[in-house]
Amino acid sequence: MEEHILLAHGNGGKLTSQLIETCFLPYFQDPLLNQLNDQAIFDIEGCHVAFTTDSFVVDPIFFPGGDIGKLAVYGTVNDLAVGGAIPLYLSVGFIIEENFPMEELKKISFSISTAAEEAQVRIVTADTKVVEKGACDKIFINTSGIGIVKKGVNFSGHNVCEGDKILLSGDIGDHGIAILSSRKGIEFETSVKSDCAPLNLLVNDFLSYANHIHAMRDPTRGGLGTILNEIAMQSGFGITIHEDCIPFKEEVGGFCELLGLDPLYLANEGKLVAFVHPDKAEEILSIMRENPLGKNACIIGEVTKESSKKVTMDTQVGGSRFIEMLVGEDLPRIC
Amino acid sequence: MKYLDEFREKEPFKATLSKITSFPPQTISLMEVCGTHTVSISKSGLRSLLPSSIRLISGPGCPVCVTSLEDVDRVIMLAAEGRTHGTTIITTFGDMMRVPGSHSSLLKEKARGSDIRIVYSPMDALKLARDNPKKEVIFFAVGFETTSPTSAATILQAKKEETNNFSIISNNKLIPPAMEILLGDEHITIDGFICPGHVSAIIGTTPYQKIVDTYQKGCVISGFEPIDIILSTYWLILQKRDGTPKMEIEYSRVVHKEGNKKALKILNEAYEVSDAKWRGFGTIPNSGLVLKDEFAPYDATKKFDLPKPEISEPKGCRCDQVLKGIISPRECPLFANRCTPTEPVGACMVSSEGTCATYYKYEQ
Repeated sequence: MEEHILLAHGNGGKLTSQLIETCFLPYFQDPLLNQLNDQAIFDIEGCHVAFTTDSFVVDPIFFPGGDIGKLAVYGTVNDLAVGGAIPLYLSVGFIIEENFPMEELKKISFSISTAAEEAQVRIVTADTKVVEKGACDKIFINTSGIGIVKKGVNFSGHNVCEGDKILLSGDIGDHGIAILSSRKGIEFETSVKSDCAPLNLLVNDFLSYANHIHAMRDPTRGGLGTILNEIAMQSGFGITIHEDCIPFKEEVGGFCELLGLDPLYLANEGKLVAFVHPDKAEEILSIMRENPLGKNACIIGEVTKESSKKVTMDTQVGGSRFIEMLVGEDLPRIC
Repeated sequence: MKYLDEFREKEPFKATLSKITSFPPQTISLMEVCGTHTVSISKSGLRSLLPSSIRLISGPGCPVCVTSLEDVDRVIMLAAEGRTHGTTIITTFGDMMRVPGSHSSLLKEKARGSDIRIVYSPMDALKLARDNPKKEVIFFAVGFETTSPTSAATILQAKKEETNNFSIISNNKLIPPAMEILLGDEHITIDGFICPGHVSAIIGTTPYQKIVDTYQKGCVISGFEPIDIILSTYWLILQKRDGTPKMEIEYSRVVHKEGNKKALKILNEAYEVSDAKWRGFGTIPNSGLVLKDEFAPYDATKKFDLPKPEISEPKGCRCDQVLKGIISPRECPLFANRCTPTEPVGACMVSSEGTCATYYKYEQ
C-alpha cells in the first residue's frame, strides 16, 4: 500500500527518525548531516562555525509562558547552545495565512525582538510568504542560526563514554503541559507555563568545563526519553536513569496521571541534558544550580558499559524497565 | 504529591515483597484483566522483582484490543465512504485511530482526507454534532464498564436535547463474562484474578461472585499503584495457600461492594446486554452492550446501512492467544521484529494499554 506522511512522523520520536533515515539522509548524503546532531559544526577560514535550522508550527500560537515568536528564537539558539556554540546571527522566515491579523503579527515580531535581545543574538535576514487561507494554519516560522564554537569544544553523542554522568538542567514537561492545556478540546486549567528560555545563558556558565563535557542535547519534541535513546544509539552504550531523580512539577505529574501521559515524553523548550565525565559532574551541577535556568538541575543517571544501546530506568519500587523512544503521538488513554 | 506520593513510599512495598519472597516456592498464576494494571506492572518493573514461581499473566484488559477486526473494518469503511460524500464526522478515542484493520486504519483514512476526530469523551462528540448540524456525527464507542456509563449519559442527553444528527456504534463490552470463558479454556491455568479497579468501581463485587463460587478462584479488586498490585498479589497467594478463594477489595479507597449505583442506573437506562464478538475469543454470550430499541435513532447500526467488511486476519499475528494469556507477547514470532508500535500488525501492539505495546515499551 502507498505510504503517506502521518502526523506522528513529525513528533520527534521513532517515526521521525525513520523518516530522516529513509527520505532524507540517503538523498542528501553529507557526512556532517549524517552525524545527526542538533547542529552542524564546520570550519570556515580557520573558524569553527555552528549552523542550524528549525521550523515552528505550534498550536496555539500564543500559550502560557510564550508564543511562536519566542519559541522560534530560543529553539534555534538552543540547538546552537547545546553544540557548545555561542549563537550570534539568526534568520527568520514567515509563512503567513491570508487574513491573519496584522496586530498579532506585530505582537509576534515584538516577541521575537525581545527574545533575540535576551538571548544576545541578532536577527539579520528575513523572508515573508503569504499563502491562501487554509494552506497553512495561521503562521509558520522558520529560523536558522549561526554561532562560533570555541577551540576545545567538541560535543557529540559519539563522544559519550562509559561512566559519564547524565545531568538534567531542571523540571521536565512544562512546555508540553502548557501547550496541551491551552489546546482546544482539552481546556485544562493549570498554572504551568512553558519553560522556553535561551539555554546559551546557562551553557556560558560552565563552558569552561567543555573538556569534561562529552555531549549535550535539549529534549524538545519527543522529550527526555527520546533524546536518551538517540544518545544511546549514537554512542553505542547503554544508559540507566533513576526514577527517583527525575524532576518534574507536581502539577505536571498530576496532569500526566489524569491523561495517561509520561513526563519522559513531554516536550521541553528550556532544558538541557549533559553527558559529563564523572569526576566533574558535581562541580558542573553546582554551577548549573546557581543559574536560575538550572536551579533544579539533577544528576539523573549514568552511561553504562553494556553495548545494548538500550535505556533503562531503575523504578521507584526497585524494579527496572526499558525506556523506548516516543512512538506515535502520546495520546490520552481511554479507560 | 497528594494522593500519589503517599502510595509510592518504598517501605510498605518492600515489606510486602519480602513477605511474598519468604513463602516457600509454589507455582501460582494470576491474571490481570485491566490494561492499566498491565502497564503499571511493566512500568514499575514488578515482574522482575517477584519470584519466578509467581506468574502475572495479562488478559483481555484493553478495550481497543478486544474490538473485533470486523467492527474495526466497518468503521474504517464508513470513514472512507464519508470522505466521498463529506456528510459524516467519525469520532473515537485516540488509541482506536492506529488499530490496523484488514486493509487500512482510521489514522490512514484521516491522512487521506476523511473527517475523523479524536475525542476525550463522548460528550465532546455530542458537542461536535451540535456545532455541525448538517453532518452526522458518529461516535465509535469502545470500552468496558468504566467508559460505558459516559456513553449512556451522552445518549440520554442527545435524546433529551433532540440532537438528531448524533449516533454511536456501540462496541462496549463487559469483563466478567470474558473471565468465565478464560476459566473454561484448557490451555490456560489461572489461580486467581487481579480484578480491574475502575471497572469494579462501577459494577461492584457481585458480577465476580460466580467466579469465586462456581470456579473456586480468588478475586481481588486492585488499585493501580505498585503497592496496590503487590498487596493484591500477596492476598491472592494467601487465598491459594489456604485454599480459601474469596472476593476481596484492596482498592477500598475507590471501590464499594455495591458499585456506583448512579452510573449503573444510567447504563441500564440506555443499554441492554447482548452477545458480542471479541478479538481472540469469538462471540461471548451476554458480554456486550447495545442501545435499547427506544434509542434506535441514536444507534448508527440501526440508523444506517453499515458496510459489511470482508475481513482478512494478519498472517502470523497471535494477538488472539496474547489476549487470552495463553502466550506472552515475547512468544509471538512477530513481536518486536515485524510487529512494533510504529508498524503494528495486531491490535495489542497499538493501544497504549495493549499487552504487546506495554511489553515492547517497558520489558522488551
